[in-house]
Amino acid sequence: MLGIQTGMTITKARAFAPELDVVDAEPEADLDGLRRLALWAGARYSPVVAPDPPDGLWLDITGCAAIFSSERALLKDLHRRVAAFGLSLQIAVADTAGCAHAAARHVPAGRPVTVEPGAHRKAIALLPVSALRLPSADVEGLRKLGFERIEQLIGSPRGPLAKRFGRELHRRLDQALGTLPEPIEPLFPEELPQARRGFMEPLATADALAQVIGDLAHDIAGQLNRAGTGARRLDCYFHRVDGQTQATRVGTASPSRDPRHLAKLLAARIESIDPGLGIEAMTLVAALAERQPGSQADALENIGRRGPDLPALVDTLANRFGQRALQRAAPRPSAMPERSVAALPALAPETGESWSDWPRPSRMLARPEPVDVVALLPDDAPRFFIWRRKRYRVTQGDGPERLQGEWWREGGIEGETHLTVRDYYQVETETGGRYWLFRLGDGVNPATGSMRWFIHGAFA
Amino acid sequence: MRQSVVLEDIRAKIAQIEGVGARHDVIPFGIDDLDSRIPARGIATGALHELAGSPELADDASATIFLAGILARSDGPVFWCLRWRDLFAPALHLAGLHPDRLIHVEAGSDTNVLLAMEECLRHPGLAGVVGEVKKYSTTASKRLQLAAEASGVPAFIFRRACKAGEPAEGSAALTRWRITASPTEDLGIPAIGRARWRVALERARGGNPYNWIVEGCDATGRIALPAALVDRPAAQEDAQAAA
Repeated sequence: MLGIQTGMTITKARAFAPELDVVDAEPEADLDGLRRLALWAGARYSPVVAPDPPDGLWLDITGCAAIFSSERALLKDLHRRVAAFGLSLQIAVADTAGCAHAAARHVPAGRPVTVEPGAHRKAIALLPVSALRLPSADVEGLRKLGFERIEQLIGSPRGPLAKRFGRELHRRLDQALGTLPEPIEPLFPEELPQARRGFMEPLATADALAQVIGDLAHDIAGQLNRAGTGARRLDCYFHRVDGQTQATRVGTASPSRDPRHLAKLLAARIESIDPGLGIEAMTLVAALAERQPGSQADALENIGRRGPDLPALVDTLANRFGQRALQRAAPRPSAMPERSVAALPALAPETGESWSDWPRPSRMLARPEPVDVVALLPDDAPRFFIWRRKRYRVTQGDGPERLQGEWWREGGIEGETHLTVRDYYQVETETGGRYWLFRLGDGVNPATGSMRWFIHGAFA
Repeated sequence: MRQSVVLEDIRAKIAQIEGVGARHDVIPFGIDDLDSRIPARGIATGALHELAGSPELADDASATIFLAGILARSDGPVFWCLRWRDLFAPALHLAGLHPDRLIHVEAGSDTNVLLAMEECLRHPGLAGVVGEVKKYSTTASKRLQLAAEASGVPAFIFRRACKAGEPAEGSAALTRWRITASPTEDLGIPAIGRARWRVALERARGGNPYNWIVEGCDATGRIALPAALVDRPAAQEDAQAAA
């Protein structure tokens, strides 16, 4: 900003800005901070997270976007939260770690950069050679030879360059292009309950992996039992022969230490694991555990249980479709029908509450749709309406049921204000179909609504 | 004598193949006229049932409450798997299905709905599993029927916006129903009374199709025959008997 650059001496910098505050670098503390940030990101975004000193963080988000509904949403959330810590950051997503590393540092976009799948070769070709994570002397040397962009490196013969710069140059290039694997060694806190199995012979079949998962689940259940906790989240790492680590994460709706249940959740994920040439070790970590008081069911787990095992079923479905896909409805005090239903987690304690006995449609439209209506003023039910280009003749009607807008919230579905009034009518058409129509406004005060008609749902 | 033993043997085998061997409970409608025409005398649990409204939203809404009424009359949690949520829980509560018992599974696509249903059906003790799909295959219906048979949980496939004339693919469902709204009598005052549905049993394994006009669910999920219509079919039968 002031002309100060990285690598400048303090005296030179002071010449630009005499009032400059100088703080000693603390690489140890920085690394510690980075580790803490990695653990935080590991708990929130992906099981495979590792610090990349001095200033980077690896996140393997393969298959993790579903929790946030999309990769974009995940990146947005990550960006927002890290920025809220007071850190400045640049996120890049790519097929290979090398490409993401380069894009994050050399594409100053200010927002997350996504290199589309398969496009990393093209993206990396355009970047300068300094993006390859090479010693600065090599970058300088390449520049002297006329190599500015990586595409020039890709196209030139390897032998002479390797002779001069060593094998490091092409190793980095191949890592960025994805022809050489670059494993991310995941970081997780040592104190978490964990179990590990190494194998004499690498495993590659789903059956063998399921067997090991069963063993690991049994080990970890024992640890959880001693600690009096139950797992809410499990990370399973598959260490491949080629040094890559694949990971999968499952969550439970309530703390669990039932080895069969935990193993079943993990086994459902085996298909997402690419064993490559084989898996030589597996680690299971209870990334999140909560207190779970002992129960007799633990001791009697082999005795047939009565009633459905809801937590097991809910977990299985939630791990496939996402926690948010499973909901129970509960009343929410709101005058407007579309806001009168709150979503509870599937296993929330029973509320025992329900709605009043006012007639309500069983199928609601996501948004009320405008309809053309013939009705007598001031408050007769409609005689006739046109919805989705179909004409409905009304034979009977009931209403109005007047619902007033909520003064504490504005906006809503049709720009409603605190004055909004909806007069709801139930109408029956000549075929017997029953619909829920409403008119906006009370017909006296224009601020209450435009007197337009909408359809909001269908009755039984 | 020998022949009868052979016949018995074959009957037992057929029963086993048809899954009749595993007897499960039945949820009756509590109306003799309906129950007596369904081979199982009600909605058999541990079986797959198919249900449809029509492309009219009001008919799908009626079918929804018909189904909610059946589920309201049994105990345990209900899983309702759908592609997206246009189900309005307060209305199901009005038919007796308390929101605490109902878990929505928003699965996103037909394939996922069927997957979720099959997973649910592996858990005995549920009051019912509902899946809303646009289309499903014969194979899917067989899988669901087998899963339902094993756990004893009734499964309901709700075919959304299904046209009446649409030729149905072969299905392993025990019964197939179509519920459409039916006009009610004008009360002569600006109010509308209890809803009326045309309930058609389009297919029943081991039974004949039939249809009824019924009055919609009350607060405990019971349907009823309209008072004016109760005597009519009987009178017709008498006339036939006299002829």
